[in-house]
Amino acid sequence: MDWLQFLHAFWVGGLFCVAAQLLIDLTKLTPARILTGYVCAGVVLSAVGLYGPLKEFAGCGAAVPLTGFGHALAEGVREAVKTDGLLGALSGGLTAAATGVSASLFFALLWSLLFKSKQK
Amino acid sequence: MDAKAYQTYTESRAKRSHVLRDCLRAFWVGGLICCLGQALNVIYQWAGMEEKPAGLCVSVTLIFLAGLLTGIGWFDRIAKYAGAGTLVPITGFSNAVAAPAIDARAEGYVTGVAAKMFTIAGPVIVYGAVSSILYGVLYYLFTL
Repeated sequence: MDWLQFLHAFWVGGLFCVAAQLLIDLTKLTPARILTGYVCAGVVLSAVGLYGPLKEFAGCGAAVPLTGFGHALAEGVREAVKTDGLLGALSGGLTAAATGVSASLFFALLWSLLFKSKQK
Repeated sequence: MDAKAYQTYTESRAKRSHVLRDCLRAFWVGGLICCLGQALNVIYQWAGMEEKPAGLCVSVTLIFLAGLLTGIGWFDRIAKYAGAGTLVPITGFSNAVAAPAIDARAEGYVTGVAAKMFTIAGPVIVYGAVSSILYGVLYYLFTL
């Protein structure tokens, strides 16, 4: 097993979180805006060709943060445009996001059936 | 140094140390979640999955776990400690879908649970999709 891959996943993933923590502490950005910004940043970083090599280097350290979700969207669009032309620009992103989004929605409904709110 | 200047000085110092503490916590918890993802990835590929479906299964597993922890009320406690450490990984997205859904049960399953799931996830999906579409159009134009 490649232990170095774990080390790189740890510090790269950790640094993504530190960047967001600094945004929370030092600016007035809300978590919702940070999540949205991270996904868009992932699309841009992937588009300019930086995120692919980063993922190659850090594995899940780059894939698990939400920027990795943006990277998946951009990758999906790239593949779809290659095969379907301009129509791929509309279909590629959400196709790539479908697994994560559908899983989130499905499980959230399941949890809402199983658990009661902890809020008072 | 008069009393007022001293107070602003201590406040700025307190804020700095609190930022440093938050960052350290976010770093090690966030890094650990990514390592958990890496471990799952190794296990799934060892079990014979290809690289791409293994990556997707890692996401699904983390989404499942984060939602479950949200349901039993542990996620909030961890998030209070870790801050962005649990927010930025895919676990934060899962929590942002599951937590409002669970809280909105009293408002019914259509306008409550299902609608509230998208309070935070909606904007993320909208702007993620739009930026990917823009990129797709640019990519199409530049590879003609």
